[in-house]
Amino acid sequence: MNLDLRLPLGLMLSITGIILLSFGLATRARPELFSRSFGINADQWWGWVVFLVGLIVVGIGRRGQGRIELRKQGQTAAGRAKKR
Amino acid sequence: MPNLAAIDWMIVLIYFFFAISVAISLRQFIAGAGDFLLAGRALPAWLCGLAFAAASLGSLELLGMGAAGARYGFASASFFGLGSVVPLLFAGWFMMPVYYSSNARSAPGYLGLRFDGKTRALNAVLFLAVSILYAALSFYEMARIFAALGVFNVIFHAQTIGSQGVFILSVALPAAIVLVVVLLGGLGATMYAQVMQFFILVAGFLPMVLLGLKQVGGWSGLKSSFAYAAGHAPAPGLGTLAIATGVGIVLTAGFWCTDFSLLQTALAAENAAAARRAPLIAAGVRVLLPFLLIVPGIVAIGLPTPHTSMVVRTDNGAIYHEIDVVPHPAELGQGVVPARTSSAADPMGGNILSDAHGHPLLDYAMATPNLLPYNLPTGLIGLAITALLACLTGGVAARIAAVNTIFTCDLYETHLRKGSGEKDDLGMARWTCVAAVILSAGLACAALRVPNMPGLLELLALAFAVFYAPMLATFLLGMFWKRATGHGAFAGLIAGFAAALAHYGLTLPANAVRGIAGGWIVVLHHPPNALRQNVGTALCAILANLAVTGIVSLFTSSRPEPELAGLVYSLIPVDPAKPSGARRPAIFAAIVLLAAIAVSLIFL
Repeated sequence: MNLDLRLPLGLMLSITGIILLSFGLATRARPELFSRSFGINADQWWGWVVFLVGLIVVGIGRRGQGRIELRKQGQTAAGRAKKR
Repeated sequence: MPNLAAIDWMIVLIYFFFAISVAISLRQFIAGAGDFLLAGRALPAWLCGLAFAAASLGSLELLGMGAAGARYGFASASFFGLGSVVPLLFAGWFMMPVYYSSNARSAPGYLGLRFDGKTRALNAVLFLAVSILYAALSFYEMARIFAALGVFNVIFHAQTIGSQGVFILSVALPAAIVLVVVLLGGLGATMYAQVMQFFILVAGFLPMVLLGLKQVGGWSGLKSSFAYAAGHAPAPGLGTLAIATGVGIVLTAGFWCTDFSLLQTALAAENAAAARRAPLIAAGVRVLLPFLLIVPGIVAIGLPTPHTSMVVRTDNGAIYHEIDVVPHPAELGQGVVPARTSSAADPMGGNILSDAHGHPLLDYAMATPNLLPYNLPTGLIGLAITALLACLTGGVAARIAAVNTIFTCDLYETHLRKGSGEKDDLGMARWTCVAAVILSAGLACAALRVPNMPGLLELLALAFAVFYAPMLATFLLGMFWKRATGHGAFAGLIAGFAAALAHYGLTLPANAVRGIAGGWIVVLHHPPNALRQNVGTALCAILANLAVTGIVSLFTSSRPEPELAGLVYSLIPVDPAKPSGARRPAIFAAIVLLAAIAVSLIFL
């Protein structure tokens, strides 16, 4: 498996977070939309949380992907050396 | 239920876009059946652990935990928390090293190496049966919920195709997603999708839990609202905790220790240490699940029951009558948990089902889903619906991937077409996948015609007792008793399954109707409730299997010890380079166990 799962996972979370966050920011002037959550603009707050968690996961994933690439390079180098 | 807005659908689509594109990008790594069925045995421990936890978080567990919260209250946290953590730690610590070192491809495959071909085939057939039923029940329950919440009404044009049409399409759409994910990427894609499912589940449900707790007035408000809803305030003491934990262990240990849709995630790990850590990580995750999945059920039952009401107000001399009509089943329910009706496709229509005393039965499976539109605003509701859909497709995909492996490796390769090659196996695994999805989706639609379907909790406990309890004893004896023989295991498995069926056929819970609920041979005994009946069934199965396997084994000749190397716990080769390598997982397991006990105490 040459794909670190944390890259797509973090990307998905941060995009979802951005959507929630922008919806929450755009509807700040309409508290009637948030009557079910007792007037709390829950989209905005939760959007921030999901977005930041997504960024952190992407960060960890990039390091992991770097390690996978390194290992792959090492393997192909070893393979070439064997062929010779 | 308000219709989903465009932003809600956007969130749903983003999840499935990522799940499917990950499957597509993994496709290039699949060269043979080994990559497709075992993900090439190259995955890190954290991923396997999260996938293990997520595989046990299909839609049935998600709905079941909410339902148990609404039905049994705080004690259910011990059942699902401590009751599953103990068997999981056992599976990780003692059983996983044997599974991994045996080099078996599947759980029945292990039995084949340890015992013989017939035990392997019997176990495989039992597992295939329970898996197809599980997938069908997942599709059925979730389609019911999508119909009740009206999730798909906009895209399916509910007016033109009717409620049955919506139900069938609500089965077909998730089934198609499952098929795409498993076909494209095999077990690897399934496990990647499961980890994403786990994160989306937390993201989607945590706001609902926090807002729900705020609504009922925090933790103490939750306790008093449940005590009020339960009619009387039974103070659950340490005794209740012990009973709930014990019931959980007896009923679910077979599931945690032998179910291949869970074990496959650990067997895909890169090495034996990672395979051992996977169930431990999963246990650590499960410790916190009661807060995420049981609390919503307790909130749902404690909310005020809606009633049809009329408010008269005058405005500038004009008189307004504002009538708020509540459907009959919702009015007869408790909190936001409605009464059960005879119609699965249209939960607000049909006749109200009631027990032998004429009290309406409650549809506890609806507890968590009904809380979503109650306190989540637009946007977050889309995220929660995504979580529901992701758990349905993820849970079923795990099942289907397990069915693929077991059918291909344990029946096709060994019995139907001996000596088939890797390429041949890969094709067979793909066709098995298609057949299994179509079969389970078809069964889900057929279940629409079954009158008096028992509730979700009853069906789940029944599956645990009848299918998993007999298997547990076979695996335990195989791993820890060198003297157990193939003939003994085969006879024991048959005896355990027969004992479970007999107990279930001879008893009927009080207030229940004969049929799926039990008593289909003749009713000899009325346990006070379905849970007692199921615990009895499970105990009968385990004891019958232990006794018969033990006796038959003593009268047949056992295999010589060298043949059993790596197949029995006491004969696993130890890694001489790292004798103390097991210390850190041991500390981790101890912390998980203590945390699980602490969570149980918080829920008392």
